[in-house]
Amino acid sequence: MEHIRTPKVEQVRLVDRFSNKSTNGTLYLTATHLIFVEGSSNNSASAGQEIWILHHHIASVEKQSLTTTGCPLVIQCRNFRVVHFVVQRERDCHDVYSSLLRLLRPVYYEELYAFSYNPKQNDQQREEGWQLIDLGAEFERMGVPNDQWQHTDVNRDYKVCETYPRDLYVPITASKPIIVGSSKFRSKGRFPVLTYFYQEKKAAVCRCSQPLSGFSARCLEDESMLQAISKANHNSHFVYVMDTRPKLNALANRAAGKGYENEDNYSNIRFQFVGIENIHVMRASLQKLLEVIGARSLTMSDYLVGLESSGWLRHIKAIVDAAVFLTKAVTVEGASVLVHCSDGWDRTAQVCALGSLLMDPYYRTIKGLMVLIEKDWISFGHKFADRCDQLDGDPKEVSPIFTQFLECVWQLTEQFPHAFEYSEWFLLQIHEHVHSCQYGNFLGNNQRQREQLQLGERTHSLWDFLMSEKQNYLNPFYKPSYSEAHPVLEPSTLPYHFKFWRNMYHQFDRAMHPRQSILKTILTLKENSRKAESELQALETRLQKLGVTPIATSDPPAPPPTRDQRTNPLPPRPDSLILGAPINHKEVERREEEDEQDEVGVEATERTDTERTVEGSSGTESRKQSYGELEGTCNGELAKVEPAVVSLELGVARMTC
Amino acid sequence: MEFSDHIKTANVEDVVLRQPLHPPSRGTLCITGHHLLFSEREEGSSQQVLLLLRNIDAIEKRMSGSSGTITIKCKDLRVLQLDIPGMEQCLNISRSIETLSCLDNVSEMYPFFYRPTDLSLQDQWGLSTPEKHYTQMKELHERWRLSSVNKSYSVCPSYPPAVIVPNCIDDETLKKVAKFRQGGRFPVLCYYHRKNGMVIMRSSQPLTGANRKRCKEDELLLQAVIEDSDKGFIIDTRSSQQVQQARMTGGGFESKSFYNCWKRLHRQMERGKALQESLIKLVEACSDESHNVDRWLSKLENSKWLSHVQTALSTAGLLAECVERDGHSALVHGYEGTDCSLLICTLAQLIMDPFCRTLEGFLALLEREWVQ
Repeated sequence: MEHIRTPKVEQVRLVDRFSNKSTNGTLYLTATHLIFVEGSSNNSASAGQEIWILHHHIASVEKQSLTTTGCPLVIQCRNFRVVHFVVQRERDCHDVYSSLLRLLRPVYYEELYAFSYNPKQNDQQREEGWQLIDLGAEFERMGVPNDQWQHTDVNRDYKVCETYPRDLYVPITASKPIIVGSSKFRSKGRFPVLTYFYQEKKAAVCRCSQPLSGFSARCLEDESMLQAISKANHNSHFVYVMDTRPKLNALANRAAGKGYENEDNYSNIRFQFVGIENIHVMRASLQKLLEVIGARSLTMSDYLVGLESSGWLRHIKAIVDAAVFLTKAVTVEGASVLVHCSDGWDRTAQVCALGSLLMDPYYRTIKGLMVLIEKDWISFGHKFADRCDQLDGDPKEVSPIFTQFLECVWQLTEQFPHAFEYSEWFLLQIHEHVHSCQYGNFLGNNQRQREQLQLGERTHSLWDFLMSEKQNYLNPFYKPSYSEAHPVLEPSTLPYHFKFWRNMYHQFDRAMHPRQSILKTILTLKENSRKAESELQALETRLQKLGVTPIATSDPPAPPPTRDQRTNPLPPRPDSLILGAPINHKEVERREEEDEQDEVGVEATERTDTERTVEGSSGTESRKQSYGELEGTCNGELAKVEPAVVSLELGVARMTC
Repeated sequence: MEFSDHIKTANVEDVVLRQPLHPPSRGTLCITGHHLLFSEREEGSSQQVLLLLRNIDAIEKRMSGSSGTITIKCKDLRVLQLDIPGMEQCLNISRSIETLSCLDNVSEMYPFFYRPTDLSLQDQWGLSTPEKHYTQMKELHERWRLSSVNKSYSVCPSYPPAVIVPNCIDDETLKKVAKFRQGGRFPVLCYYHRKNGMVIMRSSQPLTGANRKRCKEDELLLQAVIEDSDKGFIIDTRSSQQVQQARMTGGGFESKSFYNCWKRLHRQMERGKALQESLIKLVEACSDESHNVDRWLSKLENSKWLSHVQTALSTAGLLAECVERDGHSALVHGYEGTDCSLLICTLAQLIMDPFCRTLEGFLALLEREWVQ
């Protein structure tokens, strides 16, 4: 690449963000990655760690003024990694700096990694990967089309609305003139369309953009469009219209000829403001949050005050509140809801997607979340290219809207650990690739653009890759029976349920993670019990072959004598709210697993890293190393003797999580 | 005196119980000598609330017309609200609760009446004593001995009868040291780190006073603790300013010139009233029902509770570092050596000794450090 002046710089120091520890190594600059390899020259003989940073992940590079030890280079990434290098010679530092500046500002889509990334798949496999998610099938799953809702091809050539997909679903009574008329009255032509259908109550969740009502304008077609939505639902004689903006913002928009629905003009609507702030507020809020948590020697007060003044958790709560409102309206009242904000691609996407997730257990499975993101975010035109700053664009358009959605989902997984098939790691992985530009899914701003870019032929699909290593993302606590019993989640939105997501914002700060991971332990236990079971089966079949009738398996095998307490029947669980939460059946199972673990302890160490390591993307390999503490590679750890002394790292963030 | 004297109304029907985050329920309220019993009277449910009267922290009563409302705040942070029909019944109940929840006489308290079916009084009492601790720790015997100088609690009323002290210090010296330490709490061993033979001692502050009194025996005792290693750490849970002030009231600190092998480290920790206020603020923040994240965070910050927790942990971490990493013995004290010192010593043991992290070990630790 012509932009790389110095491909290799030796004697570079990597300084830890929170302590003064540093490691020496070599910095390599390639066309796609910045790679730091820890030098093995010093006494630590083992091959050092490697850090791979994709150029697209780099949000900013800062060259600080020269110090006695060298020239500091601070790189901030979109996946919240912050690396601090010290390069010995200033000239080298400057070369790396200027190369990076050019490299991380691609001008054309063709420069993005997705177009050069090749995971050794043939064309057929790639095509199959792209066909993994089929939105037509998804609407069928919801029971659409039906006697009230139909498919429309009005947007077949993106003529009515450029930013919508080709296939849209509208009420049966909404004729083509009504649709076209309504689209002319809506900002960017984004007229009301169906996004989720709640079969049980036949209630619909629709989305659109703000009406161009100004101070007094009205549009008969738009009014009959809403009328049609209302009529399609026999359960309720009105439609909720949720404007997800704060009222003040909506009022201000009126001066620009936009605004909100006037309840007098529309019969049978109930209008409601929700008050989620706009993209600029969100961007500033995250910026503030990152500043606070990036501060060294943060005191508890500074942390709490900073967390509060950033307002980040307040915004997260506002989104969850809105989704809860939507869910209640649909599932309890059985009313249809129309959601919009300004252009209907940021807040609307957040609220519709999160609301659907609360209503439908399917979206809490791995495949389901992919479908949900594909439907509400990708196909309905969330501007990923602008919001994630994929090309060198307007910095005012960048905003962590999708990150917020993932965080909302995470907050819910914290409240309902049994209800989700995927673990936090899945959310983090999606977040990683939204910014990595390694796969084609999130490139561009809307479907039309994606078709023009021929992403299906020229890039690969992330969903296929994630599906292929599904076992890495499973949540060990997931219980499908829970979702059957509680199809609709009712999260509490009391303030203390909203926690700081350490594993997202401190994902790469090794010192911030707990030394012992519960998730990892549980995964190991599950794995072990599965092994023990299969071994049991194998032994039983062998016994049968030998002609010995196996001893009745209903007799529990004598537990190892060392654990005498365990052999006693379990004492009744004290009646406490804290212990009330875990279901006793599962609890008991787990105890048994613990017992088994002792016997198969040797086997556990045989597990190889590769079973859980991510293949195919070099970037992920290095992420594993830092995240590995939490997830994945469980081998060996069990056999290792825990150090007798636990040293304390007093990261402030850790104490509140 | 009988408990029944305090109970004028033992039974009230038709009482409504309200708890935060629960739907209200209607039922019968009973008062016994030690308990408050509420059982729900609605069909299909048999919810019961059994509350130990000692658990009640404060009650508030509010009258309106012929009925009254009692709000009960418990020490375990539960808040119950009872709507009682009948003014007189309400007054009687609240009076009973008030008297019965703070009985003065220790022997009237619930442990003296509690008779669990599966335990008998003949069973062995307690999990750990200094004697037991001493016999278990064979490594100790070379340099440390078990002293029964406090057999009749005359030297230090708040210490157990037997304590572990350096071998070379006799009981007479201990008595003199005790006079030099507040409340007689002379330095005793609280933890022996097997890995390097270093120890954690704890005591109360020395009574140096304004005119810098010194005590040869105290210096000797501490010197005996570190013996041949060159250094020891004194972790004072007060700031250096507070230490100077303490001298005015007869307390003080180990001066560098007299204890030249010991290095003092100051870590200010809140105690007593400030801590209690902090907890009250925290509880208030938790029961705030406004659905506002900002308010919650600022109240949490304002309570300073987490800051106190952080200080305690980091001080304990410092102590553990002194012993484990630097390989020096340490002495911990604050004012009386009954609050923060205990907290720090216990936490440090949890950090350093895996046995303390077992169920049994933890109970033994609590018993050794806090109860005795």
